[in-house]
Amino acid sequence: MKQKTFTITADTGLHARPATQLVHKASQFSSEIHIESKGKSVNLKSIMGVMSLGVGKGGEVQVTVEGNDEEEAMEAITSTIQEGLGE
Amino acid sequence: MTKVTARELIDRFSLELLSGDEGIYRPITMSDISRPGMEMTGYFTYYPRRRLQVLGRTELTFLERLDTDVKVERLDKLCTQNTPGIIISRNLEAPPELINASEHAGVPLMRADVTTTRLISQITNFLEAQLAETTAVHGVLVDIYGIGVLITGASGVGKSETALDLVRRGHRLVADDSVEISQQHADTLMGRPPNLIKHLLEIRGLGIIDVMTLFGARAVRPFKKIVMNVHLELWDEEKAYDRLGIDEDKMSIIETDIPKYTIPVRPGRNLAVIVEVAAMNFRLKRMGINAAQEFSDKLMDVIEDYDRDEL
Repeated sequence: MKQKTFTITADTGLHARPATQLVHKASQFSSEIHIESKGKSVNLKSIMGVMSLGVGKGGEVQVTVEGNDEEEAMEAITSTIQEGLGE
Repeated sequence: MTKVTARELIDRFSLELLSGDEGIYRPITMSDISRPGMEMTGYFTYYPRRRLQVLGRTELTFLERLDTDVKVERLDKLCTQNTPGIIISRNLEAPPELINASEHAGVPLMRADVTTTRLISQITNFLEAQLAETTAVHGVLVDIYGIGVLITGASGVGKSETALDLVRRGHRLVADDSVEISQQHADTLMGRPPNLIKHLLEIRGLGIIDVMTLFGARAVRPFKKIVMNVHLELWDEEKAYDRLGIDEDKMSIIETDIPKYTIPVRPGRNLAVIVEVAAMNFRLKRMGINAAQEFSDKLMDVIEDYDRDEL
C-alpha cells in the first residue's frame, strides 16, 4: 500500500475539470485508489465522489493506492497533481 | 436545389394566367418578392428584376394616372427577360399595356383573389420551403416527447435498434438511415424521410420492417424539426467522455448549429433510455433548469468557503 499527501494548487480546487483529469488518470490503473480530505475518504475513480469533497485551493488531500500497479499509479497521480491539474 | 416556376405557383395558389404563358417555366430563383412601387414612378436603378413582382391596388391605381406613353415605357421596363412572373392581387383588372408588355417579353402575368399582404406572405412561405438549402445525413430521426432528435453514428453501432426501442416506448419514427434535411428561416432544420423508405426501419437479422403497420399511426411522423443530435460511438478507452454536461458540443448542418451529445456504446448500456433522458434533459435546459450548471455553482461555493471551514 502506498500513501502520500498533496496540496491542491489549482485555482478552482478540485472543481469539475481538475477532478475529471484526476479521475481519468486514476481510472487507467487497476489498483484501489482512494482520496481523503477532512476525514472523508472516497474512491478516486468516481467523479461525483471526488467533487463531493469540495476541496479548495490550498487544500490537503491524502491519496492511498493499493494493488498490483500501485507503484505506477502513485507515480502517475503524483505527476498529474504536481503539474497543477491543467490550470 | 429544387427549381420552382410560375407553373407551380399557378397550381398551388389557383392563380389565373392572364398572358405571357410562354414564360411559365422560367425558374424562380429567390424567395424575396418585390412590389415595384418606386419603379412605377420611373426609378429603375435598383430594380430587382429576378424577383417575383406583385402589383397591388396602390401600384395599379398609380399607373392609371400616368399618360399612356409613360405607362407603356415603364411597363416594358418592368417585364425583363429575367423576370420570373408578375402577380396582380385582389382580382384587380390588368391594364392592357401590362398584358401587351408581358406577352411580348414572355413574362407570365397572373392574378390572385387574395389581398396583397396575404398573397406575399403565402408565396414567401411557399418559396422559402421550396428553395431551402437541403442536405442528406446518415442517421435516424426520432421525435421524443416533441423533441426532434437526430441519432448519428457509424454503421452497425445500433442507431436503428435504438430507434426501434424508442418507438416501442411510445416515441415516433421520422426517418431511418437517411434523413433529408432542409434549412428554413435561417436557423430551422426540418428533417423528413426519402419517400421510398418512409415508415421503414432496417434491423439487422430481421430485415426491413414497417413501423406504421406494426405499431400503428402513433409511431410515425412525416417530418420534424431537428433540435439536437445524439452521436453514438463505440466506447474508446483512451477518450475522456463528458462527465458533467457543462460544456456543449455542436453539430453543424448547412448553416445551423445544434447541440451534440456523444454517447459511448458498450454492451449492457440501455441506449434508448439514455437518448430519451438526453431529450428530456434538453427540454429541461431550455426551460432554464440546468442540473450540471447548478451543481457546478454549488460546488464553486463550497470550494470558495474551503479555507474558512478550517479556521
